Amino acid sequence: MTLVDHHVADLPGMTLHTIETTKYKTTSLILQIKSPIAEEEVTKRALLPYVLQSGTERYSSSKELRGALDGLYGATLGVDLSKKGEYQIITLRMDVANEKFLSDNTPLLDRAFELLSQVFLKPAKENEAFLPRIVQKEKRSLKQQIESIYDDKMRYANKRLIEEMFEEEPYRFNVYGNEQEVDQITPETLYDYYQKVIKEDEIHLYAVGDVSKDALQELAKKHFVFPADRMEPKRTSSAGKQRVDEVKEVFEEQEVQQGKLHMGYRTYITYSDPEYLALQVFNGVFGGFSHSKLFMNVREKESLAYYAASRFESHKGIIFVMSGIETNNYEKTVKIINEQLEEIRNGNITDGELEQTKAMIRNQILETVDDSTGLVEVLYHEVVSRHKRTIEEWLEGIQNVTKEQIRDVSKKIQLDTIYFLKGRGE
Amino acid sequence: MEQIHFNQLKETLNHKTLPNGLKVYILEKKDFNKTYATFTTHYGSVDNHFVPLGKDDKVKVPDGIAHFLEHKLFEKEHGDVFQDFSKQGASANAFTTFNRTAYLFSTTGDVEKNLTTLIDFVQAPYFTEKTVEKEKGIIGQEIRMYDDNPDWRVYFGLIANMYKKHPVAIDIAGTVESIAKITKDDLYECYNTFYHPSNMLLFIVGPVDAEKIMDLVEKNQAGKDYSDQPPIERFFDEEPQEPANKKEVLHMPVQTPKCYMGYKEKRPQRSGRDLLVRELSINLLLEMMFGKSTKNYEKLYEEGLIDPSFSFDYTEEMGFGFSMIGGDTTDPDTFAERISEMVNEFKQQALNEEDLERARKKKIGSFLRALNSPEFIANQFTRYEFNDMNLFDVIPTFEELTVKQLQDALNDHFQDSQLTVCQVKKKQS
Repeated sequence: MTLVDHHVADLPGMTLHTIETTKYKTTSLILQIKSPIAEEEVTKRALLPYVLQSGTERYSSSKELRGALDGLYGATLGVDLSKKGEYQIITLRMDVANEKFLSDNTPLLDRAFELLSQVFLKPAKENEAFLPRIVQKEKRSLKQQIESIYDDKMRYANKRLIEEMFEEEPYRFNVYGNEQEVDQITPETLYDYYQKVIKEDEIHLYAVGDVSKDALQELAKKHFVFPADRMEPKRTSSAGKQRVDEVKEVFEEQEVQQGKLHMGYRTYITYSDPEYLALQVFNGVFGGFSHSKLFMNVREKESLAYYAASRFESHKGIIFVMSGIETNNYEKTVKIINEQLEEIRNGNITDGELEQTKAMIRNQILETVDDSTGLVEVLYHEVVSRHKRTIEEWLEGIQNVTKEQIRDVSKKIQLDTIYFLKGRGE
Repeated sequence: MEQIHFNQLKETLNHKTLPNGLKVYILEKKDFNKTYATFTTHYGSVDNHFVPLGKDDKVKVPDGIAHFLEHKLFEKEHGDVFQDFSKQGASANAFTTFNRTAYLFSTTGDVEKNLTTLIDFVQAPYFTEKTVEKEKGIIGQEIRMYDDNPDWRVYFGLIANMYKKHPVAIDIAGTVESIAKITKDDLYECYNTFYHPSNMLLFIVGPVDAEKIMDLVEKNQAGKDYSDQPPIERFFDEEPQEPANKKEVLHMPVQTPKCYMGYKEKRPQRSGRDLLVRELSINLLLEMMFGKSTKNYEKLYEEGLIDPSFSFDYTEEMGFGFSMIGGDTTDPDTFAERISEMVNEFKQQALNEEDLERARKKKIGSFLRALNSPEFIANQFTRYEFNDMNLFDVIPTFEELTVKQLQDALNDHFQDSQLTVCQVKKKQS
């Protein structure tokens, strides 16, 4: 038996992924819409899903649409934006109760498919434009969301690090776009952009739940009908500098209690590379867990921080380190973090660290696929990277990583930028 | 072992109360990879005034001690228990709320070994002066991290507004000053009083064999020497009905202001079915007033007063209870006025049956969705049990709520005298 019963079908205009499972009391429909990050489009693309979820031809206001969803036993409709490698991805997600668990037997799934397809393909519009009242509201709300990043200092520091580190690359753009560009968007220009999205973007629909794949395929075919002139989706290759000549250090001051230290590394390894699994184990030894070198040294040994961790982005090939510290401990903390990378480069990894890390990664992967969002996230890696790796292969590959491979990976990794948000007057 | 069947949900819960008083619950989820277990004591940040086990006089302990104890329980003579779990392929964690402290792990590997580790580490404290001192730096940074977080500050600021005497107004982690006073003896005193098995609940959910797991737990507990403990005496000063403060404004380096408002519950002494009916009623009413499909939500959004961060909730436990409505807003003063106007307007109209049915369906669907998560089941089941409620009664109770019950809750809870507001505004530098 395989861990995930994943079937892929090419339908006109999109690819359907069905995952049959009895784990859940609801059925999830997750639409992933992908396009390369483009400077002139990034803000429009950020606004688009919020406009789409605000009304359809039939339900022309958010209130009416939400009323229809509530009537389907509180089906949820949510949107999300993410950046994976060089792509900016829109996610539309619907989750609906499985009728089996309700005392009332109204068929809900057919209506859920219909509603989701209408949100994407039959939006509220007049002539060749979205409704001005919807666009205006959502522009204001998007601006507020962009501003609120500043208010969460951890997110703010991460955003600033990315802006500094990828100064010359499209990856520098925030997934919510640029605040200054929001005002220029009109119902017409946004609708034009939307036309382009439904014609040119790469679209995948994931359906997860206790429903047969044939039934899911029927529903998808029935409700998702795309324009006939769909084009072949655009691909892009990774753009990024290939060598770091000098570490960039950026300081900023604000009235904060705790300094936020964020460091960015280039690994030159992405999901499709054979060293990817060794990179994942490297990250686990370095800072991914509570037994990792960063946590053990920055927190447990020196009591400098409550959190000290690293995480990696699979498609851009970067590692981020983050820690919240007293402003005057900056140099000491950076030194300790650098020493931990040096330790790994020198091959100082114990058998215990290696085994613990592998066990934790295995656990993490298996737990992730227990959750429908996590599962789709894992399966979607294959789409972004065009590289197939089943869960079983992944688990086995992790088990086979050696200390030498980790050391080799650690030697490729280069610190690129240090960003420190520090408190005032210290 | 008792088996409780929930037919509509197709779930069976296994339960036993052991001779030492420990309550054990096991829910089999055969399709999952992951097993999740929580070991929870009915002890949290509000339990700061009590008679220690074996003593006659009540004591008051430093703010933040329950949370401090949670951190320190992981440290043993041989090292850190976190490491034991990760060697066994499990990730462990813990959290402290107003009245619970929970220790937990999740694993896709060796459940029995990890479960034994969980039970044994929680039941074998090891506190020394040295390790207690070391933790003060780490928790100090945890407190600072939350100090910089405006969402956290406004949420706890609102609760602090409401309560004059009740310790729910005190930060769960305490302050840098209050934790400085904590000693190892304080920790042992709290531990001995509140970590007796009769004050605790163990919940396991995942692809397990319930009988085997129950057997393991029973044997483990039979091998430990616990004598019966008298009921714990906890003290709370009498709390006035009205909020302590009507309004508080915090100034922080933010770009978008925040406003949270809430109604303080006048008689938060319910438990069991009364409490369940109360919580679900007020949450249903809030959905009817401010849910995304309501006129009010549409108006507030159109007026530019709310964005997707807008939310609302009602919670009540022994001794405190409140509703809260809030989020990011460009105009926190108008926001507060509009919300309170809308509540009063809603009170003056008869409840609309159609809106009620829609909100009811939505709530039932949301609850089903929440049951997809083993974490939700274990954590919420424990919270419900400590308040003599059953998590699996939620759907039937939603189905049975009557217009009269809702009307009563509406008139009783949403009163202007109980309203308080907390805002975060931009700091002028």
